[in-house]
Amino acid sequence: MKNSLLKKDGFQTLLASVMCILVGLLVGYIALLLINPGGAWTAISAIIKNFFYYPSGAARLRYLGNTLVKTAPLLLCSLSVLFAYKVGLFNIGAAGQFVVGAGASLYCALGLGLPWYVCLLAAILAGAIAGAISGVLKAYCNVNEVISCIMLNWISLYGVNMLLNLVKEETSPYTKNLKNVNPGALLPSLGLGELFSGSQYVTIAIPIAIVMAVLIWVVLSKTKLGYELKATGNNKNAAKYAGMQENRNLILTMAIAGGLAGMAAALLYLTGFEQWSCSQSSVPGMGFNGIAAAFLGGLNPIGAIFSSYFIQHITAGGAYVDKTMYCAQVSDFISSIIIYLCGFVLFVKLSLNNRIARSEEKKATKQAGSSEKGGKK
Amino acid sequence: MENYAVEMLHITKRFPGIIANDDITLQLRKGEIHALLGENGAGKSTLMSVLFGLYQPEEGEIRKDGQKVEIRDPNDANALGIGMVHQHFKLVECFSVLDNIILGVEPTGKLGLLQKQQAREKVLALSEKYGLQVDPDALVEDITVGMQQRTEILKMLYRDNEILIFDEPTAVLTPQEIDELMQIMRNLAAEGKSILFISHKLSEIMSVSDRCTVLRKGKYIGTVETKGTTPAELSRMMVGRDVKFAVDKALVQPGELVLELKGVTVASRRHKNNAVKNVSFQVRRGEIVCIAGIDGNGQTELVYGLTGLEPLVAGQILLRGRDITHASIRKRSTMGMSHIPEDRHKHGLVLDYSLEDNMVLQRYFQPEFTNKAGFLKRKAIRSYAARLIEQYDVRSGQGPVTRARSMSGGNQQKAIIAREIDKDPELLVAVQPTRGLDVGAIEYTHKQLVAQRDAGKAVLLVSLELDEVMNVSDRILVMCQGEIVGEFDPKTVTVEELGLYMAGAKKEG
Repeated sequence: MKNSLLKKDGFQTLLASVMCILVGLLVGYIALLLINPGGAWTAISAIIKNFFYYPSGAARLRYLGNTLVKTAPLLLCSLSVLFAYKVGLFNIGAAGQFVVGAGASLYCALGLGLPWYVCLLAAILAGAIAGAISGVLKAYCNVNEVISCIMLNWISLYGVNMLLNLVKEETSPYTKNLKNVNPGALLPSLGLGELFSGSQYVTIAIPIAIVMAVLIWVVLSKTKLGYELKATGNNKNAAKYAGMQENRNLILTMAIAGGLAGMAAALLYLTGFEQWSCSQSSVPGMGFNGIAAAFLGGLNPIGAIFSSYFIQHITAGGAYVDKTMYCAQVSDFISSIIIYLCGFVLFVKLSLNNRIARSEEKKATKQAGSSEKGGKK
Repeated sequence: MENYAVEMLHITKRFPGIIANDDITLQLRKGEIHALLGENGAGKSTLMSVLFGLYQPEEGEIRKDGQKVEIRDPNDANALGIGMVHQHFKLVECFSVLDNIILGVEPTGKLGLLQKQQAREKVLALSEKYGLQVDPDALVEDITVGMQQRTEILKMLYRDNEILIFDEPTAVLTPQEIDELMQIMRNLAAEGKSILFISHKLSEIMSVSDRCTVLRKGKYIGTVETKGTTPAELSRMMVGRDVKFAVDKALVQPGELVLELKGVTVASRRHKNNAVKNVSFQVRRGEIVCIAGIDGNGQTELVYGLTGLEPLVAGQILLRGRDITHASIRKRSTMGMSHIPEDRHKHGLVLDYSLEDNMVLQRYFQPEFTNKAGFLKRKAIRSYAARLIEQYDVRSGQGPVTRARSMSGGNQQKAIIAREIDKDPELLVAVQPTRGLDVGAIEYTHKQLVAQRDAGKAVLLVSLELDEVMNVSDRILVMCQGEIVGEFDPKTVTVEELGLYMAGAKKEG
């Protein structure tokens, strides 16, 4: 009975994920101890507590809301990564597609004054095009998608910085405040904000992200398209043999993955929660965190909902680390350690499986041995 | 007391739910060629893995020169002078032959610099002594399969191994290369090396081995002197019943034209010349046309061109009178072409898909399995797969939901055959459909091909096995260097005659 539960794929993934989280927290804690033993426990509990830092219920709810606001784009980035991964592609370009999406949505909102739904569509389209470029290069020139994605990340970043320079505030490097310039581009809240102590940033982005996760799960596991894409990912030659258009499938996959990452950006920037800094010289981490969230969620779209939340939870929790005991970077440092270890889920799962197989072999051998001896009597 | 090089006494190895080796004894004399015969899954590989230190047996012992030895890993085996040529070669493709041979035992001087001259001399001496022709400086990726195998053999000899294990060494070789290998094995034995030769090809065992040990379903059946036995007796020992080598075939009059190739030319991926040159032939209803030839003479490319996996350089293909020269693979498939591919892992299956998902690989898009909204009809797929599994006797651990990867090679092939035949094709293209299968599965496959013919289908068989070519086909086309060099009636032609055409020594017209 215990064994049969252990053998279930879903349970194994869950177990492996929990183990990775615990090890990540432990290593993070050890790092804190090494830096400054005095405040380590307070610091690690602050990271885990996140919004529970606040004593009042209303404040907790408000900051839970803020965590969720950033969970939604992270979830879409992780969907982008896992969707491509299921088709055998490693979309490290989610970060760049996210950037392109941010550029498209913010320019449509601030520069062209368009309503939110057009901005959202523009972001999806821009991300899809960025993804498709890597797909086309892979399909027709056999360029490794990891290489082309990484290079596109930088092209996207500086391109978007230049574009958004047109709509930035005069005195700061940040883009103009969406609320003042074009409130119609803000994602509607539909009263969701009220549930989180009137948070102005909680919008339909959160339910949209969850619906997308379910949608991606349905596409991958229930549809003809999912069957074709996964076949292409597993065995390109067999897919071709079966008459599937493997080049079209590669490009389509990268376009969908890119569209998801582009959408992620729109769901973040169209809430007004953050403004784009036109002087930033590093690709935002959201797309890269999406890789960790995808693996921590066991490459399952539904699992990604929970893993994205967890990663955002500790990232946000990092802000509450006592800055008098530790330098300002320590919160990001610790959350990156934890996120890094989250990437080990597949590895842990594999070794878990090997262990079960070995112990079963031993048991079966013993049983076979004893029954045979019994038979001989 | 006889002088044995190595003895495996009463070896028992269990895996969960199965006894892979049940009290097996194998004694290898010094200087003999000892064949190990058995069907797929009979326990040959397990037994050799025990000898090579990859598995530890639960019971029994191994003796080397009469002394009991423990072999915990392949390093122990090497130290005892046991070497193995695996079925799939373990060579570094982008290294030279010499580099591959010395890999792991590189001779080095001071400062750790390689001293290849010494190694080169030793390799050349060995190569001369045993007639193992190799070019030490050629890259492995550029040489023929036969030379790669000779490189593997030199690897063992370079390490001064005395006991040589050959795991199904002829599976990848051309008939000529097989003859060469047999001669090499005889030379090695004459020089005092002891050879274990794993195979399920009876003709090779009869021609080269001194003795033969037969395994069936993990059990030891017996050891016989090859001189005193017959292929029929060996196959009875191996399968446990009489096997018919000849295929029962009623006379069928070929009907209307199904497939016609006109001047088909296909480019090669390996070299700049065309792999298939101006090939024309026809296949009619109710006949099995066989393309015979030595591996690498354009058969693979011909099939790629025919099935749409590669474009044609020139020529025309007609299926039931309709031009399909530029049709997509899907179009050819839906027009009635079925294809049992040469490489079932590369093309035939998505190994990480379930058996049921593989069963609908050619039909998943049809309304029977996908509704208008694009959703798969899981129930329909399940029951369809269950029917094929039942009807074609495809065996697997968990039925329709079994991972294809976990199935045995024979059952993977059966699944592909079931899928392609059940499509009810006009034309069945079968490429080496019995490659790597055991006797029982070969018999099964041949029966299915003949049944398709009798049902009025056109069958195009591409085969490297002359037995198969002679037994199954109604018409033989011999292919050599990308051209059809002759057409024969299997009832009147001899194997020797075919061989001459295959080797390019003779040519029609």
